[in-house]
Amino acid sequence: MKAKIHVTLKQGILDPQGKAIEHALDSLGFKNTANVRVGKYVELDLNQTDKAKAEVEVKSMCEKLLANTIIEEYRYELG
Amino acid sequence: MNIGVVVFPGSNCDHDCRHVFQDVLGQAVTMVWHKETSLVGLDAVILPGGFSYGDYLRTGAIARFSPVMQAVKQFAAGGGLVLGICNGFQILLEAGLLSGAMLRNKSLHFICRETYVKVENAATPFTSLCKSGQVLKIPIAHADGNYYTDPVTLAGLQANAQIIFRYCRADGKVTPEACPNGSLDNIAGIRNAAGNVLGMMPHPERCAEAALGNEDGRLILASMVEGVKKAKHAEVVV
Repeated sequence: MKAKIHVTLKQGILDPQGKAIEHALDSLGFKNTANVRVGKYVELDLNQTDKAKAEVEVKSMCEKLLANTIIEEYRYELG
Repeated sequence: MNIGVVVFPGSNCDHDCRHVFQDVLGQAVTMVWHKETSLVGLDAVILPGGFSYGDYLRTGAIARFSPVMQAVKQFAAGGGLVLGICNGFQILLEAGLLSGAMLRNKSLHFICRETYVKVENAATPFTSLCKSGQVLKIPIAHADGNYYTDPVTLAGLQANAQIIFRYCRADGKVTPEACPNGSLDNIAGIRNAAGNVLGMMPHPERCAEAALGNEDGRLILASMVEGVKKAKHAEVVV
């Protein structure tokens, strides 16, 4: 089973990279963009066929290592 | 006295720390490779600056799994003095030995320059040779020093005098403009609730001798030496 995990800064926490990209997009003429947030993407193979068990495992990985939950939130897809 | 300096893959201020404690302050220093599992015989431990594990994932995020960090946790739980400088501070945060997290500098730049910090609490083993409110000039060199924590934790740090250093102007005024990196409440250094673990972004080991034109950092490292001496004396008396 493959897990696709996205980690981003929590809403409300200033994302300086997102801001810089937003300004760059603006100067390129993309005037309709707002709230650019930059994050990380982690993809991994899980030796697990039970989706519920895989979910528990991925959640635990996110909480313990992949995201720092003081500043970041995460979401994932399993498939 | 024996000061341990932990060496992670990617540490690059470890020898500066060794130099100051050994050659400037005249103490024995043991370099502790990150694979060590014991800190027995050491009186204080330094987590130096650098880019442990290439800052992969987040600064300090991988270093916290080094075998030595279990020993550092035990050492801290036993009341031993632990100082994390720059990347060492980031590791202490990721390891949960200090509360909060580091965000990218507000300006997105890696900032390497002198800063002024105000000693907010001089009644600690890390600042006993400073005066309360004293302004120290100490350089910073980091990209991720924008300290963040939730409002409840911040209030706790403030109420318990755990904020030890705050970025300020040369005249000691703590203003938003004096904060180089966007850090919450101008935080440059905090300690744990027990008071024996300190993390700071500025580098005291880079300004601890007259030859470098600035000795302000020496006050912090020499305070630590005094702190260990006092603790040892107390043991003897008991």
